[in-house]
Amino acid sequence: MKGTLNLVGYGLSAVGPGIGIGLIFAAYINGVARQPESRGVLQPIAFLGFALAEALALFGLVLAFVL
Amino acid sequence: MSALVLAASGDVFNPPTSRDFELPGIGGTFLTKPMLLVILSAILIAVFFFLAARRMALVPGKLQFAGEGVYSFVRNGVGRDVIGPEFRPYVPYLVTLFAFILVNNLFGIIPIAQFPTMSRFGFPVVLAVISWLIFNYIGVRRRGLVGYLKETLFPPGLPLPVYVLVAPIELATILITRPLTLALRLFANMFAGHLLLLVFILGGEHLLVSGGLLTVTSPFAFLLAIVLTFFEALIEVLQAYIFTLLTALYIAGALAAEH
Repeated sequence: MKGTLNLVGYGLSAVGPGIGIGLIFAAYINGVARQPESRGVLQPIAFLGFALAEALALFGLVLAFVL
Repeated sequence: MSALVLAASGDVFNPPTSRDFELPGIGGTFLTKPMLLVILSAILIAVFFFLAARRMALVPGKLQFAGEGVYSFVRNGVGRDVIGPEFRPYVPYLVTLFAFILVNNLFGIIPIAQFPTMSRFGFPVVLAVISWLIFNYIGVRRRGLVGYLKETLFPPGLPLPVYVLVAPIELATILITRPLTLALRLFANMFAGHLLLLVFILGGEHLLVSGGLLTVTSPFAFLLAIVLTFFEALIEVLQAYIFTLLTALYIAGALAAEH
């Protein structure tokens, strides 16, 4: 079996952004459930936070291939 | 376990790598598939919006409805809500950006094309550089170079020693981090998504031909590949939205007096 340990490291590093994205959408769902009319305000913020957290995981993926 | 079985049969599965993205040129090394797709996307978008806007009617037809849907989604959902009352001059750029990224991303799951253009790093870099130039230009034009840098690097209301930390971070943010993350996010999403599909489709194919118990498991790989294709469609639309949203946010940040 061949492969690079980089990808194992990437798998471990993806845990953090995974938790982060979970927290972001948990907060978003909570907010919309409590106050449904706030959906329009919260949606861009939630997706922005999602994008920022997800970017970390993807940097890890890029580095796993580059290094 | 499965790798041992495969190795025993003398036929090793080679997982897809970044080399699978280096497609051979079509007729010489200059014209490649991603380039062809970019040109095709520009033509497609131009024709779509031209036809949608050709006969504007008070009661829109199907095509006009679709065109107005895309336009008003970006205009209201991204432009007006994020940038605020001065959003109008930036709507054309935002709509163009959204449509361009959307079509190029969707090429990743459209049969025959089946290659997300943005998974080649050069394309998102150009888009990020354009967005970067635009929001910095707006900031400089609005308040002058000194004023823009002063307000960005030294946000008001912080204790004096903190600026030693904040100013370099803010400078790195507007010069390096923002364009880099814009480009890298779009690239890495498309790259990872295409790689994921390759893993399941090539893996499923390999399981199918390797015989025995492994052949039985291959339909699951193909099933997952189909599910992931729909997931990819979601990600592709989402990334086009996020790129546009972030560009609008940066423009709004350059327009506003303070953060």
